[in-house]
Amino acid sequence: MSGPKTLFDKIWESHLVDQQDDGTCLVYIDRQLIHEITSAQAFDGLRESGRKARRPEANLCVPDHNVPTTPGRGGTDEIEDDASRIQLEVLEANAAEFGLPYISINDERQGIVHVIGPEQGFTQPGVTLVCGDSHTATHGAFGALAFGVGTSEVEHVLATQTLIQRPAKNMRITVTGSLPEGCTAKDLVLAIIGKIGTAGGTGHVIEYAGPAIEELSMEGRMTVCNMTIEAGARAGLVAPDEKTFEYLKGRPQCPKGAQWEMAVEQWRKLPTDVGATYDTEIQLDVSEIVPQVTWGTSPEDEIGITGVVPDPAQVSDANRRSAMERSLEYMDLKPGMKMTDIAVDKVFIGSCTNSRIEDMRAAAAVAKGHKVADSVYAMVVPGSGLVKMQAEEEGLDKIFEEAGFHWREPGCSMCLAMNGDMLQPGERSASTSNRNFEGRQGPGGRTHLVSPMMAAAAAIAGHLADVRDLIK
Amino acid sequence: MEKFTKLTAVAAPLPIVNCDTDKIIPARFLKTLTRTGLGKNLFDPLRYDPKTGEENPDFVLNKPAYRNSEILVAGHNFGCGSSREHAPWALLDFGIRCVISTDFADIFYNNSSKNGILLIKVSPEELEQLMEGAERGANATMTVDLESQEITNSDGEKIIFEVDSFKKHCLLNGLDDIGLTLKKESSISAYEKKQKASEPWLYA
Repeated sequence: MSGPKTLFDKIWESHLVDQQDDGTCLVYIDRQLIHEITSAQAFDGLRESGRKARRPEANLCVPDHNVPTTPGRGGTDEIEDDASRIQLEVLEANAAEFGLPYISINDERQGIVHVIGPEQGFTQPGVTLVCGDSHTATHGAFGALAFGVGTSEVEHVLATQTLIQRPAKNMRITVTGSLPEGCTAKDLVLAIIGKIGTAGGTGHVIEYAGPAIEELSMEGRMTVCNMTIEAGARAGLVAPDEKTFEYLKGRPQCPKGAQWEMAVEQWRKLPTDVGATYDTEIQLDVSEIVPQVTWGTSPEDEIGITGVVPDPAQVSDANRRSAMERSLEYMDLKPGMKMTDIAVDKVFIGSCTNSRIEDMRAAAAVAKGHKVADSVYAMVVPGSGLVKMQAEEEGLDKIFEEAGFHWREPGCSMCLAMNGDMLQPGERSASTSNRNFEGRQGPGGRTHLVSPMMAAAAAIAGHLADVRDLIK
Repeated sequence: MEKFTKLTAVAAPLPIVNCDTDKIIPARFLKTLTRTGLGKNLFDPLRYDPKTGEENPDFVLNKPAYRNSEILVAGHNFGCGSSREHAPWALLDFGIRCVISTDFADIFYNNSSKNGILLIKVSPEELEQLMEGAERGANATMTVDLESQEITNSDGEKIIFEVDSFKKHCLLNGLDDIGLTLKKESSISAYEKKQKASEPWLYA
């Protein structure tokens, strides 16, 4: 393909190993992150067929989904839940057997795969990166083509360092305007999902562009790309720029010296060429948005905090109407209720969407000098040991604890409730995670997705609240 | 994986839009180390009462007519959310070999085809016809023929469907992707040699 190219086209074409006549491509995969939930069967597959890992050093293994976040947690052998402990032991044994780098639960670098990849410089512009986890889209914030795969594809990458794929379509979402006070990258991406819907990006790679995206920090860009999958697209992308290089410089797995200069020179060629075209273009002005919150059981069910629970009777599409009715029944909400009247039982600040240092700072700034409502249990789960250390150096843990938040060890935690951090049936949360699906945070649990600032505000108020009232 | 050629079976109607993978198989069942045994928890939140664990008699797969379903006729955007391959593993373990909808999430689509499950995209009008066909119950089976790319609804009406030619080839022959890719080993090695020269830091 000649002529102007998009960022996606450039990465895709530079990773083509083979192309069949029917259009099926064999794509080289530079990097793979591996965690305990989606990998055991892949390693079994290798063993059964007598295959090795083709490039062990191109992988990085870390447990995150199943790890306890209890303060002062011990090693793997101290995990009480048998199934969880065994999954961690199996990952460690598999990493050793196949020679893959492994970060243990006791290592200060341990954390959520999508937090530690960038922290370690494992994530770099222009690379292809996969993980058996849909939120791999996060790494697109660095201009890496990063997407989630299933376990069979984890095995395929281990054995061949490639994947069989078809090219995605190009979508560009141009975001203009400056985020108003009280609004963050999380509000921006929730607004996008609300606009295009949870299947809006299916079959596409979404490139986020425009002044509002350029203004975001790397942490903010990661939050936006992270939730690309909630808009149906496997991968999100932001063109690498000086902020990207600044973030990466000196990270353990980034090139050094002359190779760093060489790498940056190549990375500067990645942004989309002038005149390149997209299959789909979307525009969004964020200058008028208000802090976002979800009311239903799909991430597209979002509304401004100043709004009311929508009425299915006002919706003409029958499928949409019945989905809304089911959501409201599950969420135990009535049309017309003010969003700020919805009481919460638990608040969760964490997950691969919002557990980085900037998120910790934003939530702590809101929490400072206030108290968590008596009726609320609020937990803060940093995304990695390094985020935790940084936050503690800045005294954020003390601010949270003085306000009545629980300060925990890193992991995926209540985002998907595999490790014992969960909602009880009927309980309601304000959560900085990415999915409000039925049962996601525990069977019968009800989730409202919000930003870290909004989560802190809900913890203090005891109900969903407009953070702008607290920070005035 | 097991071949998929032609299937005549009961089809269960599941007209839920955006049916996510947490509904198909909740995260708490992902602590397994095998690909099998997940069928009993397929659609767990819909199939069982969360408090008592009893079967919900209103859920389609709990109804006598649909207990042996091998085809699902599902609402738009089936399989959205997580990349967990446990979702197709649970479907397969229950006995589902084919899902028909107007659209599927990308990752779920790939994962299913690697496990011998045929996913078929149809138009909204065709889905409506098939949903009606599925609602006729156990005495009204559907036939899905991959070779001729044809669904025969329970009333005998035929619907032609599109399918990716490579995925069709793999499904018809039960081919292992990794085995196919390893035949291109020399291309992979050549790619690595070239990349190592131009981006040596990726090989440090």
